[in-house]
Amino acid sequence: MKKLILDILLGSLLVFSFTYIVLLIAGAPVLDAFKHIWLGAFASSIKISQVLSVWVPLTLCSCGLLFTFRANLWNIGIEGQVTMGAIGAMAVLRTPVIDNPTLILCLAFLTSMLCGGAWGLFAGLLKTRGGVHEIFGGLGLNFVSQGFILWLIFGPWKRPGIASMSGTELLNRKLWLASLPGWRVATAGIVIAIAILILTWLFLEKSRLGLKLKAIGQNPKAALLYAISPERYYLQSILIAGSCAGIAGFIQTTGVYHRLIPSISSGYGYLALLLVMLSGYKIVLIPILAFFFASLNVGAIQLPIVLQLDSALSGVIQGCCVLCALFILGIRQRRAQP
Amino acid sequence: MRGKFTGMFAVLVAAVALLLSPAQSQASADNFIFGLLMVGPANDHGWSQAHFEAGKEIEKNIPGSKMIYIDKVNPADRPGVTIPFLVDDLVSKGAKLIIGNSDDMTDGIREAAMLHPDIKFIHISGDDALNPDAPENLSNLMGKMEYGQMMAGFAAAMTTQTGKIGYLGPLINDETKRLAVSCFLGARYVWTEVLKKDPATLTFKITWIGFWFNIPGVTSDPTQVAKNFFDSGYDVVISGIDTTEALIVADQKKREGADVTAIPYDYEGACETAPDACLGVPYFNWYPGYSHFINSIKNNNWKKEWLWLGPDWKDMSNTRKSSISFKNGKALSGDVQAKLAVFAKGLGDESISLFTGPLNFQDKSVFLKEGETATEMQIWNMPQLLEGMEGASE
Repeated sequence: MKKLILDILLGSLLVFSFTYIVLLIAGAPVLDAFKHIWLGAFASSIKISQVLSVWVPLTLCSCGLLFTFRANLWNIGIEGQVTMGAIGAMAVLRTPVIDNPTLILCLAFLTSMLCGGAWGLFAGLLKTRGGVHEIFGGLGLNFVSQGFILWLIFGPWKRPGIASMSGTELLNRKLWLASLPGWRVATAGIVIAIAILILTWLFLEKSRLGLKLKAIGQNPKAALLYAISPERYYLQSILIAGSCAGIAGFIQTTGVYHRLIPSISSGYGYLALLLVMLSGYKIVLIPILAFFFASLNVGAIQLPIVLQLDSALSGVIQGCCVLCALFILGIRQRRAQP
Repeated sequence: MRGKFTGMFAVLVAAVALLLSPAQSQASADNFIFGLLMVGPANDHGWSQAHFEAGKEIEKNIPGSKMIYIDKVNPADRPGVTIPFLVDDLVSKGAKLIIGNSDDMTDGIREAAMLHPDIKFIHISGDDALNPDAPENLSNLMGKMEYGQMMAGFAAAMTTQTGKIGYLGPLINDETKRLAVSCFLGARYVWTEVLKKDPATLTFKITWIGFWFNIPGVTSDPTQVAKNFFDSGYDVVISGIDTTEALIVADQKKREGADVTAIPYDYEGACETAPDACLGVPYFNWYPGYSHFINSIKNNNWKKEWLWLGPDWKDMSNTRKSSISFKNGKALSGDVQAKLAVFAKGLGDESISLFTGPLNFQDKSVFLKEGETATEMQIWNMPQLLEGMEGASE
């Protein structure tokens, strides 16, 4: 544990040094930049709730990815799974036949899980049945889902008389996930994210599924000797990951944008991939790191507003974080080798 | 070791406290802070830059006013960032007025206006204020660019040698349809009234890219669309998008020896990107609209308004009064410039009224009967393109 804390401190030092240099190159007042990012994320309860609204989908995607990483699968397709979850939710939310908002939201939630899971399963089947590596399969499916959502927004789901990438018609207010007064995050989103975190921990650490995924991830050939079918567990893990991503899509649609937009996933799937690697695949670090990245995302908007800097710099800072973390991870792995 | 960690923790807490200590900047009694949300980059030589510079002019000319702004407010450039989120932030910095400069922000501005009833909002190009149920703190502002686009259509038709004019359209909505229609009417006026040609020999084609500017992988590429126009015999391309791709491509083609030109959009300085290929630019001047609303807030006589401001026909370049103008480009011949001035005078004194029937929609249904003149609302809510125009209406 002490080594872990030391690694985190060393990593933080590296991140700050690296970021310091980047900001200096960009001609930014470094301390001011850090201060404004901090204030932008934590200066008020509204801002904290905005951080939480990013934290929710990031955490959900990360939880899903823990399953696939456990089975040693690179689920790059998580981005498309979020998109398909959002599409599935929207398909239900557009159905005029059900009057009860709670019922329709519950159905949308389930459909988003189903659609995200099915899209994940598709990538899994491409791997297990078609021999397509999950990275290429996932990337391909991301493009397909992006094309699909654009077609829906410009085609059958477009606003009357309007063809624009700005999205579909706004959902009826009754179908917006509720927030506490003065807060900007859907309460249901936080509850769902915490529940999924707990379930992920239970499944991965306390169930046979977690153990078997670990066995397959570490040595699929040896797992076969214990009559554990890698294919079956590959599919299970990617199905779960896709379902988690699908829920993220549901929350983005009903709790954040209240409509379907082309970039509904907001890149959280890709960000979650980095986040999970950064955590060393440890669930205990996921909510903390997700909060850190969410704060950076929300706080960095201050760079253009206050300092007139390009907020793309926050992406550079995030990149620095990941590179430094990977560097530290590399050192740890090397240290662990006999 | 434990002591070291306690020490580190104490330093961390102190650092956090230090960072938190400066309060967010707040408006002093004399200051009037307004927030500007721009859909594109502040230096796009187009729509957003026109707004940004109007904001700067306001700062110079209205004592105590201060602009805080953020550009590239769209989900592709700022994933995860919503309009209410940005408005919260600008309000926390003391903004008393928020200006959202895109039709794309309609839903977000409406939501933010409901969340902040004490803050005033101007939404550019929407028409919420016409709805009696809309919040009282939300007004709309737009310029009558129809006149600017009629002039662009005039300049294009007077210049084309092939009789083929391309229109690089953004997304499809009522606003973009009425602007494209205005362009077409200007061009058709030249064809029938000035050059006395058969209107059937004029080709006016629109290609919509899907948004106000290029978003790789999402919209059609405007550079490619402009190239396609020029490669298929269109020698003038009029841009309806916020950025200057049409002009840049025209300039490249011109350097390769082609006799082509383009007309950018929105911003007075847009021709500077490639002056040799530029026929001119219809542009917005947001100062009159902005100052009207800011003064109304400062004088405590704000009311919900829908303002659709036109040119000052006495002097279209008057930055204090004229919301719309057309700036001639280097590629526009002196003769055409003179004829364009006469045309503009006719528009101003209403001796030329292009939204007068007979006019049919693209599907051949009647838009305006013989002698009938369109009302403002008929033009504002343009449902279709007109007969004679090529391109999608929805």
